[in-house]
Amino acid sequence: MNTIQEMFQVWSMLERMLAFVLLAPLLGGLIAGIDRRVSARFQGRYGPPVLQPFYDVLKLFRKERIIVNRFQNFTMVLFLIFTIFSGALFFAGADLLLTIFSLALAGTFFVLGGFCVGSPYSHLGAEREIIQQVAYEPMVILMAVGMYQVTGSFKVSVIAQYQSPLILYLPGVFAGFLYILTIKFRKSPFDLSMSHHAHQEIVRGMTTEFSGPTLALIEIAHWYENVMLLGMVYLFFAFNPWLGIGIALLTYLFEIFIDMNYARFKWQLTFGSSWLFTAVAGVSNIIVLGLMKI
Amino acid sequence: MGWFKRSPWILHYNATSCNGCDIEVIVSLTPLYDLERFGIINTGNPKHADILAVTGSVNEKSRQVLINLYEQMPNPKVIVAVGLCAISGCVFQDCYNVMGGVDKVLPVDVYVPGCAARPEAIIDGVLKACEILEEKYSQQKKIQSRLAKI
Repeated sequence: MNTIQEMFQVWSMLERMLAFVLLAPLLGGLIAGIDRRVSARFQGRYGPPVLQPFYDVLKLFRKERIIVNRFQNFTMVLFLIFTIFSGALFFAGADLLLTIFSLALAGTFFVLGGFCVGSPYSHLGAEREIIQQVAYEPMVILMAVGMYQVTGSFKVSVIAQYQSPLILYLPGVFAGFLYILTIKFRKSPFDLSMSHHAHQEIVRGMTTEFSGPTLALIEIAHWYENVMLLGMVYLFFAFNPWLGIGIALLTYLFEIFIDMNYARFKWQLTFGSSWLFTAVAGVSNIIVLGLMKI
Repeated sequence: MGWFKRSPWILHYNATSCNGCDIEVIVSLTPLYDLERFGIINTGNPKHADILAVTGSVNEKSRQVLINLYEQMPNPKVIVAVGLCAISGCVFQDCYNVMGGVDKVLPVDVYVPGCAARPEAIIDGVLKACEILEEKYSQQKKIQSRLAKI
């Protein structure tokens, strides 16, 4: 049962970081491929091959490099680097808060990339991305706070080895995290800033001016991010590793289901609903936990 | 490995089509025909596209738009003319404002006949275009390697 935890304990910090850097894009790409296949099945279509995201990225690397200005690709490379950095910290078992902040920094570079090009679609997408960040960030920090309240540590390695189930202490925080996870995965009710697949409203939003290899980098960064977020879902069920992995995958399936069933929200509704949900589920959970501990 | 063949992204532009061919292009994305099973995605962004699918004849107004879209697409890129109007102008070719088919303005690689073009024909044309895309990429690479030697 605890083979995964033992495996992680045997590995040193550097080895775990390296494993994340090498394996996460493979896993993330595979998850994205399964996502597209399952989405197609939900719509009654046959769907692309499971390896389709890899084909897309390999093709994008072969396309011509078109840039609008010199700073455009710089921000996107930083976005990728900081996403990898925060994911590596997370899987190395470092501080959860540091992980969250460096992920926020990665997101900031992404927004900067959207603003530094001239396209109005890109600007609109970047503005929406900021609103999305404001919408999800409180809940992400509340998650770290909740985990600290239960386990007494911000360290991922300590939280992952906490023996009793975190989900029983933090059901509200988990529900709130699920809600904002839809924003982080860029799934349908909240895919305001850049939408995947065939449906588009502001052309491609933030990524309008990014083509070829840079777009491939954005896609890869997105894979890293997804794996890391699923890792955060795993933390809630870390007392039983297999259950944790199962729930993480089930969560992704749930997000696909939500994606297929909802039309896009306006930004007001996105912002309002996610803060309301954060307050009702997350904050109340933490208050109750605080009262119980006393 | 032919990655272009496996993930061609389409940009669809309507240069004064009657909407018949447009509907057929959209139909080929629906569950019945499902273009996405070949990895084909209908993007709205020329900078992400590999294939430009044009429907309808070209006139003075749509000419510049068409050229803009084509020039924004990164290489390698191909053009598919969908429907008779895009091929030759069809019944509109004698109109005073119509210039004729798409090939009057841009180099067309694949012609898909039909009025309106059948979804099967469009899918076939797009897959032909993928092979041309692959060929263009290998030519581009050859030229680049020769230039590097010089």
